[in-house]
Amino acid sequence: MAETRYTDEHEWIRIDGEVATVGISQHAQEQLGDVVYVELPEVGRRVAPGAGMAVVESVKAASEVYAPVAGEVSEVNAALTERPELINEDAEGAAWFVKLKDVDAQAVAKLMDADAYRAYVEGLD
Amino acid sequence: MSRGPRRPSGGPEAGPGTSVSQGFRTVSGNKGLEIEEPLLFEQGDPALSGVDLEAPPAFESRLGDVGRKGPIGLPGLSEPQVVRHFTRLSSKNYAIDAGFFPLGSCTMKHNPRLNERIARLAGFAGLHPLQPVSTVQGALELMDALAHWLEVLTGLPAVALSPAAGAQGELCGMMVIRAAHDAAGRKPTRVLVPESAHGTNPATAATCGYAVDAIPGDGRGRADLKGLEDRLDDDVAALMITNPNTCGLFENEIMEMAAACHEAGAYVYCDGANFNAIMGKTRPADLGIDVMHFNLHKTFSTPHGGGGPGSGPVAMTEALAPHAPLPWLTRGAEGLGLRETAAGEAAGSIGRLKAFHGQFGVFVRAYTYMLSHGGDGLKQVSEDAVLAANYMLAALDRTLSPAYRGPCMHECLFDDEAFRAHGVTTLDFAKALIDEGFHPTTIYFPLVVHGAMLLEPTETEPKAELDRFIAAAKGLMQRLEAGEAERLKSAPHLAPRRRLDETQAARHPVLRWRAEPAPQQAAE
Amino acid sequence: MRYLPLTDADRAAMLEVIGASGVDQLFVDVPEAARLEEPLDLPPHQGEIEVSRALEALAARNRPAAGGVSFLGAGAYRHHVPAAVDSLIQRGEFLTSYTPYQPEISQGTLQYLFEFQTQVALVTGMEIANASLYDGASAAAEAVLMARRIARGRPGVLLSGGLHPHWAETVATFLRFSEAALERAPLDPAGADDLAARITEETACVVVQNPDVFGHLRDLSALAEACRAKGALLIVCVAEPVSLGAVEPPGAMGADIVAGEGQGIGNGLNFGGPYLGLLATRERLVRQMPGRVSGETVDAEGRRGYVLTLSAREQHIRREKATSNICTNSGLCALAFTIHLALLGEAGLKRLALINHHRAVTLADRLGAIARVEVLNETFFNELTVRLPLPAAPLVEDLAGRGIFAGVPGSRLWPGEAGAERLLILAATEMNTGEEIETLARALEGALA
Repeated sequence: MAETRYTDEHEWIRIDGEVATVGISQHAQEQLGDVVYVELPEVGRRVAPGAGMAVVESVKAASEVYAPVAGEVSEVNAALTERPELINEDAEGAAWFVKLKDVDAQAVAKLMDADAYRAYVEGLD
Repeated sequence: MSRGPRRPSGGPEAGPGTSVSQGFRTVSGNKGLEIEEPLLFEQGDPALSGVDLEAPPAFESRLGDVGRKGPIGLPGLSEPQVVRHFTRLSSKNYAIDAGFFPLGSCTMKHNPRLNERIARLAGFAGLHPLQPVSTVQGALELMDALAHWLEVLTGLPAVALSPAAGAQGELCGMMVIRAAHDAAGRKPTRVLVPESAHGTNPATAATCGYAVDAIPGDGRGRADLKGLEDRLDDDVAALMITNPNTCGLFENEIMEMAAACHEAGAYVYCDGANFNAIMGKTRPADLGIDVMHFNLHKTFSTPHGGGGPGSGPVAMTEALAPHAPLPWLTRGAEGLGLRETAAGEAAGSIGRLKAFHGQFGVFVRAYTYMLSHGGDGLKQVSEDAVLAANYMLAALDRTLSPAYRGPCMHECLFDDEAFRAHGVTTLDFAKALIDEGFHPTTIYFPLVVHGAMLLEPTETEPKAELDRFIAAAKGLMQRLEAGEAERLKSAPHLAPRRRLDETQAARHPVLRWRAEPAPQQAAE
Repeated sequence: MRYLPLTDADRAAMLEVIGASGVDQLFVDVPEAARLEEPLDLPPHQGEIEVSRALEALAARNRPAAGGVSFLGAGAYRHHVPAAVDSLIQRGEFLTSYTPYQPEISQGTLQYLFEFQTQVALVTGMEIANASLYDGASAAAEAVLMARRIARGRPGVLLSGGLHPHWAETVATFLRFSEAALERAPLDPAGADDLAARITEETACVVVQNPDVFGHLRDLSALAEACRAKGALLIVCVAEPVSLGAVEPPGAMGADIVAGEGQGIGNGLNFGGPYLGLLATRERLVRQMPGRVSGETVDAEGRRGYVLTLSAREQHIRREKATSNICTNSGLCALAFTIHLALLGEAGLKRLALINHHRAVTLADRLGAIARVEVLNETFFNELTVRLPLPAAPLVEDLAGRGIFAGVPGSRLWPGEAGAERLLILAATEMNTGEEIETLARALEGALA
């Protein structure tokens, strides 16, 4: 089972071979409140690390979701378009945003693991 | 023993000074003067009309083959039904006419009724925008006079009247700046904006093709001068600053900031939404500002009308004036005129921002207000506005949690520190104020303060009204201290509606009435 | 001063609570160098009598077209607004209320906006509409920006030669600092321009007006198809909302976005403003639609209510990524529209439109009978264009001096354009009687004799 890594912008990423699955963390979902809409990128889009890749909207806020590493969008999660509330229900599982291919596993390994991320979140106000 | 009216069991304790209506349900769903009013489309009959129009004699149509083929789907109602419908709707609205409206940054002052009478004079209301200018000299004179007042109030020599509202005024100001840079062969790509700025500022900058660089606060509620200086270089087109700022404070280093900008070849744009604080006390030109927009519907008392219309004229320096939007007011041997093309002197203009000449109906109201107050009155307006805000700040400073030490300008800012211990949010407190008969303050703006409450009383509130609000705020805090947080969290109880489900409204938008139910689907 | 309730005693009491000795202490943050010591050079305060006198004198120096023989149109139309409209919009709860940020105490505003949005969608034949923009011209510009967002990357924006020049110029200004490639088709008084031939894979949107600025009516279905075939969006502009009572709506012809001017319903001429921008579109495009929108929901007790929704598109949340920088809408003007249209109803709007068309047909026939006056329109609703044998502007000026507003000369809308000099655009509404048409015709005959 692939290990989940986290960015300091609250995205998570799990790699399986050369394809990675990306979403936003449970903490991020809690901060956002009720999610009302998600704007997903087009399949085929190449993203650079840190580039804005998707947008999550709650009633009072819109947040960018950034690509944790470089790659190409190979799949987007259509379920989120129909039921954005999935993000509130299962942020780190069924509510993945995109799958990226051509991903560098080393780059993923450099990101925070679950413990490091938990400590990071606790350190924030 | 309670002296209040009898209540059904299970309701809250009655006592002197409280009112009861929970738990009492009517048959109709109406509550006395408050009527549950359906939509227009749920009433009426296609055979009815509230207008009597005589059918023309038979004639040959010249619509070609594009005459309307089917029904429109509009309801038909008689005049009594229409009057009743909208009268009932009106009874569900809070308004300045009804009470204190301390919305920070909105300047909810009294809307004088003389303005309405004057705006409706046939000699103003009946003018078509494209009549020959020789037939509208009085209207052009009024526009010129309004511009003159704005010039004197700011110390800036040129005024563009046409922008339709504040956001358009901002767009105008930033486009003029961009045009000036282009004309000088400069190509800066960035605009500096304090992080406390209103969202229109970065949105406007982006429309002009600029990237936005945020300047941090200095911890005292103002933009950090050093933060500005560190970011200034020849790639900066302008500083967009609000003064007084969105925290209700005067940017006391504004002259240094302006000087630094000018030295780096950047212009200073001022968001004039808070101009109500400084009329007759200081002039933007003297502070180093190059261009500033007004909100006539804030500072100059024109009615907010449920969200509009507004008017956003822009004052600017001589250097920027050649780029002002069309039309330009001109004065010549034959009287006043309008330059409507970017030719001759106006060759550098950014062009039109809307059709015709600007929000003339709003100009008439604003000018009537200016004449009523006069220069001395406008100065008194600013002094009273600032006095009232400082009074609120001082009176509430141990009840709520001020974000910054005073003195403030025309509005004061609180954070949610006072509520945290009781587990309620700014939103809960705001909704509780509704039950107390007040419109809440602006909430969650500016973003730089946690749970912000921005309170702008304006100069048109009697002291007794301010004191009523202070007493209600104190009373609510006392209730919180007595452990009654639940009442606030479920407020409002007494408004025409309880809290509304905004999540559902955004997840499954229903933006119109439909004849048959449409399948539920989220928009793409 | 009558708008200032604080007495000197109040002020003193307030200063004491604050702990300041005078109000100037509160202005301590204003740099000394910038403090005004002298009063501003402006007249002192005045009472209602003096203010009224001054403003009535200014009003008296105008000759309002609305009160005379007027055939002025070209984007602003003289219609009868029923007495109930003004009476209702002057209710303090409408006039002096604010943007409905606290929905529980703004259901009046939110419900009428929901009704307005429905009315606009119905009359334009579109699926949804917003809660209004500033005016038709800026609505057209916002529609173009919206189309550009949707057709990501395509630079082309094509404007018809029948689009009102103020609207075209506004679009041009909004696009000025963008990467858009704006193409403006030449002046088209014949109403014949073939835009379909100019659409390419690089075109984001095509903007037409129906009836166009010269009054011509067209079936836009073929153009809509041509746009669809190339993946471009069709934006249809409507300057006279009463036309929608008689003309097939843009939605039925295949428009993707409708940008309109609502002034003709509920709102007077007011020398050009405030007016009422309409924006309507398809549901699938709602996330790109600018401006406020009122949506239906329920409250904590399950009762139907309304809230501002889809706010995450707007400037106060998206900031630099917003769909528009717009904040204020045209609330009170939208309310006037809603009330007037409620009074008209289906039957009333259709009949009003029929009367307008009848007056214009009468006008066209009468003008067509004048030697050397050429009526350019085969089709029209309530507005048409004639070509005169000499420049129209001096003639219009001369007739205005005699209290007859003959219409808008082409040189007012297209200054310096030779092909426009002899054009005169005239509108006839339910306010123009047979006598007025005769008066105009005689005056023209006299001027051309």
